[in-house]
Amino acid sequence: MSKLILLGDEAIAQAAIDAGLSGMYAYPGTPSTEIMEYIQSSRDASSRNIHHEWSANEKTAMEAALGMSYTGKRAMVAMKHVGLNVAADGFINSAMTGVNGGVIVVAADDPSMHSSQNEQDSRFYGKFAFVPVFEPSNQQEAYDMVFEAFEVSEKYKVPVLFRITTRLAHSRSAVNQKDKLEQKEFNMPSDLRQFVLLPAIARRKFKVLLSNFESLAEDEKCQINNQYIEGDDKSMGVVACGLAYNYLMENCKEGACRFPVVKIGFYPVREELLARLKSECDQILVLEEGFPVFEELMKGVPGSDYRIRGRLDGSLPRDGELNPNLVAKALGLRSGYGKDIPDVVRKRPPSLCKGCGHADMYNALNDALKEYGPGRVFSDIGCYTLGALPPFNAINSCVDMGASVTMAIGAADGGLFPSVAVIGDSTFTHSGMTGLLDAVIKNSPVTVIISDNSTTGMTGGQKSHATNRLESICEGLGVEKKHIRTIIPLRKNHNENTVIMKEEIAFKGVSVIISQRECIQTAVRRKKKEREKK
Amino acid sequence: MKNDIILSGVGGQGILSIAAVIGYAAVENNLYLKQAEVHGMSQRGGDVQSHFRFSDKPVASDLIPYGEADLILSVEPMEALRYLPWLSDKGWLVTNSKPFINIPDYPDEDELHAQIKKIKNNLIVDADTIAKDTGSARAANIVMLGAASHFIELPFQSLQNAIRKLFARKGDEIIDLNLKALTAGREQYNK
Ligand SMILES: Cc1ncc(C[n+]2csc(CCOP(=O)(O)OP(=O)(O)O)c2C)c(N)n1
Repeated sequence: MSKLILLGDEAIAQAAIDAGLSGMYAYPGTPSTEIMEYIQSSRDASSRNIHHEWSANEKTAMEAALGMSYTGKRAMVAMKHVGLNVAADGFINSAMTGVNGGVIVVAADDPSMHSSQNEQDSRFYGKFAFVPVFEPSNQQEAYDMVFEAFEVSEKYKVPVLFRITTRLAHSRSAVNQKDKLEQKEFNMPSDLRQFVLLPAIARRKFKVLLSNFESLAEDEKCQINNQYIEGDDKSMGVVACGLAYNYLMENCKEGACRFPVVKIGFYPVREELLARLKSECDQILVLEEGFPVFEELMKGVPGSDYRIRGRLDGSLPRDGELNPNLVAKALGLRSGYGKDIPDVVRKRPPSLCKGCGHADMYNALNDALKEYGPGRVFSDIGCYTLGALPPFNAINSCVDMGASVTMAIGAADGGLFPSVAVIGDSTFTHSGMTGLLDAVIKNSPVTVIISDNSTTGMTGGQKSHATNRLESICEGLGVEKKHIRTIIPLRKNHNENTVIMKEEIAFKGVSVIISQRECIQTAVRRKKKEREKK
Repeated sequence: MKNDIILSGVGGQGILSIAAVIGYAAVENNLYLKQAEVHGMSQRGGDVQSHFRFSDKPVASDLIPYGEADLILSVEPMEALRYLPWLSDKGWLVTNSKPFINIPDYPDEDELHAQIKKIKNNLIVDADTIAKDTGSARAANIVMLGAASHFIELPFQSLQNAIRKLFARKGDEIIDLNLKALTAGREQYNK
């Protein structure tokens, strides 16, 4: 069997292929994007005919995976943590219907918000939906757990949440590969009403879900991922969830921890495991990436007079990702420090690339809005969010995918005029279209600028569902044809573009301006490919 | 044996290629490794870094603890200084001298160099010029790897093999240019 050097994301993807995956479904989002990308470029995956197209958003991805599962085959869905908010309805109700073929939902959390608008902890969704959660601590575990997760999913007929964080998703290490499994045969559900959540059926199914969740806490095969590791020094016990275990071990130079440790890789956890640690140790330090999920659980043990330490009592910071130094401090160990960063070092924030079409669009928009004053532009998530920074200072919101259009509508309802939305092409087909329909239905006086670079730029240039479809989509939604204008954002067109924007902004109905020029990063890659072909 | 390396630069300067070369070389020597990278938002002209750790024993943390890096290998001088909290007392700071200026308040170069020289073990290399002289302006990152190779606990030959592997698909000419760049970099320092 071969040894591969893989990112955590890639280990999950390779494991899924090897475990007999039939369909991969995803919408890009850091730090989860590389899972789908790996499958798209894998020869194994294409020779096995594994589905590997991007979905319009995380909800459509989740539901398509459930459909694949209906046919008895194994499916995986991957998304960043906030993607699970979008997919939440499908996710939570898929726990109610249960699955046929195994379903793994990978949620990649981004504590410290390296590339995100918040740092929510997806483990909560597991508990909320009564869905088991796997949380690997390293690349090899990530690989191995995918096999287990499919089995658990099929044994209990429940989707499984697979939680990773940035540092595992984007860190490489060696992974031993297992023998490949065959894909599952086409096999419809034995009960054709399994997926029909009419109240009478749903009430019955919910009881099954609840009882399964209890069984999972006692299932030997699952609980293998939660280990009690002996330690002589009982002055403290440590609970280490997922990746946090590595930071603990980094601080145990002898290769073993002197305190007893409960290493967590699966939820729900058998209660005795925690009760034992609690009864044996003077105090308990909880190490977990994200929110204090376990810390709260441990504190909640009735009659507990133990000191439970972690993010809530200040032993660890309340927010942000863990690292070896923070864990050292919580363990009462001294850790090193090099030298302070000298003052000459300046911040180097990300910025729009030289020659980016978003920049020309913002220059025109700023000029078009000059007469009205600032504070009228709702924007969205993508490269174009960098329009919030100097020199543009052009936008006043970035909340969640699609919110530009709908916030502009609400603000117009509240009396703001003009009320402008700026949204990227991929974000528009992710969650902007429905908002635009709202605007059309009530003839809101809003102008929606779709800054179309024909790619999903922010996450590295994935195919955009919107490419070559924007005009027909807007027309189909009912925007008047004469108020769908297309401009080419180039400096030489600046005056003309500003005039068009002014006209549409002044119009007291729904207008759309498609600002269309290819992303320069994807253009460079495309031209290079074309050259190589010659 | 353990080697903890911070690779730093600006998005697009090729630090992940350096990491890939070290990775192949570490694997050739049957070592354990972990390498944390930055993807996503920060790649857009922002600062990027990678934590590269290899050892003859399993590596626990994907991140290097403060004060434990044996080497900061930077392809940009200001970025070299951003990671000083990680550098150990005995560690080396090896950096390209050529600034990458994409911010309005980029500091004075002499001041930067003065700060770099305050580090006991420092090596400043004009990698861009050396790369150009060896025939491949785009191999400045490999020149830097060559210069830093004295402080990477891997046989130089393994780095050469790794370059052959990394650039295998690009043909012999590109391989030779990069091998030349690697050697030219290595010649910047005599142990
Ligand atoms: C729900 C959700 N899914 C995914 C993301 C990650 N994400 C942020 S921006 C973006 C792509 C935006 O593409 P586009 O709208 O075309 O703008 P561009 O970056 O190309 O300018 C993605 C996928 C997110 N922040 N939230």
